[in-house]
Amino acid sequence: MIKEHVDIDDIIERHPGKPESLIFLLQDIQAAYNYISPEAMTLVCDHIGVPLTQAYAVATFYQSFSLEPKGEHEIRVCLGTACHLKGAPRIVSELERRLGIKPGETTKDLKYSLDTVNCLGACALAPVSVVDNEYQPNTTTPKLVRLLDKMVSE
Amino acid sequence: MAQSQLAEQENGMRIQSIEALDALRQDILAHQDPKRPILIVCHGTGCLANGSPKVSDALRKAIAKAGFQAKVMPGIKTTGCHGFCSRGPLVIIKPAGLFYQQVKAGDAEEIVNTTLIKGDPVERLLYRDPNTKEPIPLEKEIPFYKHQQRVILRNIGKVDPTDIHDTIAAGGYQALAKTLTTFSPEEVISVVEKSGLRGRGGAGFPTGRKWRSAVAAKQKRGGPVYLVCNGDEGDPGAFMDRTIMEGDPHAVLEGMIIGAYALGCNQGFIYVRAEYPIAIKHLIIAMDQARAMGLLGQNILGTGFNFDIQINRGAGAFVCGESTALFTSIEGRAGEPRPKYVRSVEEGLWGKPTVLNNVETWANVPIIIEKGADWYNQIGVPNSTGTKVFSLVGKVNNVGLVEVPMGIPLGKIVEKIGGGVPGGEPFKAVQTGGPSGGCIPYALKEVAVDFDSLTKAGSMMGSGGMIVMDRRDCVVDVARYFLKFLEEESCGKCLPCRLGITRMREMLDTFSQGRGNKQDLDDLMGLAEAIQDGSLCALGGSAPNPVLTTVKYFKDEYLVHIEQQRCPAGVCKDLITYHIDSEKCTGCMVCARNCPQKCISGERKNPHQIEAETCIRCGICMDSCKFEAVQVS
Amino acid sequence: MLKFKINDQEVEALPEWTVLEAAREKGIHIPTLCYHEAVGPSGACRLCVVEVVEGNWSKVVISCMYPVKEGITVFTDSARVKNVRRWILEMLLAECPASKEIQTLAAEYGIKNSRFSIKNPEEQCMLCGLCVRVCREVVGVSAITTVGRGVHKVIGTPFRKPSEACVACGSCVTVCPTGAMQTRLDAVRGPVDAHKS
Repeated sequence: MIKEHVDIDDIIERHPGKPESLIFLLQDIQAAYNYISPEAMTLVCDHIGVPLTQAYAVATFYQSFSLEPKGEHEIRVCLGTACHLKGAPRIVSELERRLGIKPGETTKDLKYSLDTVNCLGACALAPVSVVDNEYQPNTTTPKLVRLLDKMVSE
Repeated sequence: MAQSQLAEQENGMRIQSIEALDALRQDILAHQDPKRPILIVCHGTGCLANGSPKVSDALRKAIAKAGFQAKVMPGIKTTGCHGFCSRGPLVIIKPAGLFYQQVKAGDAEEIVNTTLIKGDPVERLLYRDPNTKEPIPLEKEIPFYKHQQRVILRNIGKVDPTDIHDTIAAGGYQALAKTLTTFSPEEVISVVEKSGLRGRGGAGFPTGRKWRSAVAAKQKRGGPVYLVCNGDEGDPGAFMDRTIMEGDPHAVLEGMIIGAYALGCNQGFIYVRAEYPIAIKHLIIAMDQARAMGLLGQNILGTGFNFDIQINRGAGAFVCGESTALFTSIEGRAGEPRPKYVRSVEEGLWGKPTVLNNVETWANVPIIIEKGADWYNQIGVPNSTGTKVFSLVGKVNNVGLVEVPMGIPLGKIVEKIGGGVPGGEPFKAVQTGGPSGGCIPYALKEVAVDFDSLTKAGSMMGSGGMIVMDRRDCVVDVARYFLKFLEEESCGKCLPCRLGITRMREMLDTFSQGRGNKQDLDDLMGLAEAIQDGSLCALGGSAPNPVLTTVKYFKDEYLVHIEQQRCPAGVCKDLITYHIDSEKCTGCMVCARNCPQKCISGERKNPHQIEAETCIRCGICMDSCKFEAVQVS
Repeated sequence: MLKFKINDQEVEALPEWTVLEAAREKGIHIPTLCYHEAVGPSGACRLCVVEVVEGNWSKVVISCMYPVKEGITVFTDSARVKNVRRWILEMLLAECPASKEIQTLAAEYGIKNSRFSIKNPEEQCMLCGLCVRVCREVVGVSAITTVGRGVHKVIGTPFRKPSEACVACGSCVTVCPTGAMQTRLDAVRGPVDAHKS
């Protein structure tokens, strides 16, 4: 997804210069730029007074942070129990095959990112996926593939 | 109405006293016409994804178009989740309580013309009894709702969670007023203790006792005490807390404010999963409104009591649902747990005494205060009082959120409320307690759903996920699924969890590939014990549970995998083949078109065949077939 | 002083001691990997587990963090304790097969081979985190950290570049119980001639 440009200093000033602001800041940066660059991380550390290692440990520990730019389209397939029972792993394998990437990766042309999520809590819609923040209830592989084809043609 | 009143409040019209809160409630109620038709459109996550915003928009337009007179203009209200997610989008018409299911935007004009103007139901939108096919028009008569006891969910689906006035009209913050006028902090703790409330997050620790320990620790150590609401609901297949935060956020806030008063605490935290954006949005709106009205923040209700709450969004780590990992995460670090030899009530957040309860626990507090401990502890069974909310999912007809008194038989939830397994066969097992829980077989369907009985059955209450499995679900596969889940979610700090879960999963892999032997099964038990005994936190400590319970109740199924290289449920990829039933195949060619291997052949309108050698068993043919012609053997 | 028992021996300890400290004071052996006097305990390796019996219940705890308590009985080598240690060591043999120290320790428990598959025959690190803790707590520079989570976790520097914070003191190499840090030192401090000192 293309994001509007946000000035990094504006983000940093949103949160007080305390160590406990670290996750808030990284979340805001991730939301604004789709990833966390080394430069952004250094600015954060200077603002809140923690070593770069701590920010790096946090950024690589939590699933929602990315150190590389994410693709234009983000596909997240739910692998909660209900979705698992209703065939979600088959959907993931087929997407892996089609896109040539594993979950957590982005295609080389920066078009698609594929991720899995451990339960969206929308089990009545199982198997469920989220494409560019839009829920796809009762996802089937053919349905998702049609959606991907539509994105390409757009 | 709400908007203008809210603006007034924001202009300094804080509620200055308990009497003023009561006056406001009376005022709101006096302005409501109980006969006015209200269309309630469910905006829970399930209905939203199924298109309910389009439904509410279309209804709004249809009402405007119909040209009602202002006096009788029907209202539209969007609410949190009604629970019956598999039937969404849902529309309920008050005051009668007419229940419409799977409503589409195109139905809006008919609903307005037929129901609101003529007063007749739209037959095709009514719920029908699955057996008799007779329509059941009223929400409260539908079996899914009829057998529930909705105490915690009472306001969800009734109030607009983004309008505090609606909550106040429904009795919100009454318990807080009662607390501040009639109870000392000590008395609040006594009431909670006497109610028998146990933590709804999984472990079932008595809430009142936890609070009392924190007060003692505070007196001993001095300094602040913190209060935390755990909304990091990570168990797959569980969405109770999400629904409460989305649909009745004020109940959580009110519970926390009462708790803060009892504990002498001024700062609270709500830690919410990043995957729950609507819950976060509704909590923020609720907190802003509560602050503007003087129910949260400085000088609450003019009593001089100060308490505020901060929201921390999770960043995608299941382990942060563990209390010490959650504290570490709030402190701004990677969420690794620490040993709890000194309890959190003594050394929690920033090393200070901290009370952590989960969302549902906090939401129980106001009703306990309002109705009293004796009213509350009559619900449920002696050692597990009150109700419990469960998310009923998997192979069950009525997928959704249910609330029942503790202690009712498991089978009643699945069969009476859930309407049983599609197709009418008995369920195979119910998985409770998420990755820390276990599978309870059909033979134990009379087991009472309470903390102690479920633990005795080898599973646990957990936070309330209930996943129904039928004969097409393989227990080896399900056990493997949970290990895989935990393998990805282990923080990696301690060795038994980081290394052991992977190794257990690898052992199960060999079973599901037909390569295991009986010795492996015994070894697996030894490793399971080492992980239980050796792990740092409950994530690792309980990780073997799904394996242990499935081996306990379904050992034969494991043995069939090991000795006969067969998966009776037809799930384990390496032990199955797909074929097409020539009786059922219509030759529509959909499977052949979708097959990534192009290994399905056949003429149009003639039965197709799958070439077994090239088939990669991806299952896409089975998913795409509309005639159930693709089968597994 | 508090009084309690370790195996069959009466032991005395100061109230702020851990079970491990009390045991070492008395010369009772409990194996450890991630423990070092110079830094705070972490509870990662779990080799120092012991079984504590108090009244009519017992539990397995880690001795490096479990506080001593009047009247308890601690078993350092019970069946449950041995089961935990043996499985950990067998898994470690496959995890860091290149570490002599792990092989020696495993041999003490009669384990020579591991049934588990080996991912990297050169691996020595078992992620005890002593290097990270000594760098942060003793040297005070935090040049290295754990990176990633769970099975993907490794010890490293931000963005896999030589650390500007590293003072090339070598403390991490000194505390490393498996010899793993020696092989990664260059990646942490960068080429020696380019270093500021």
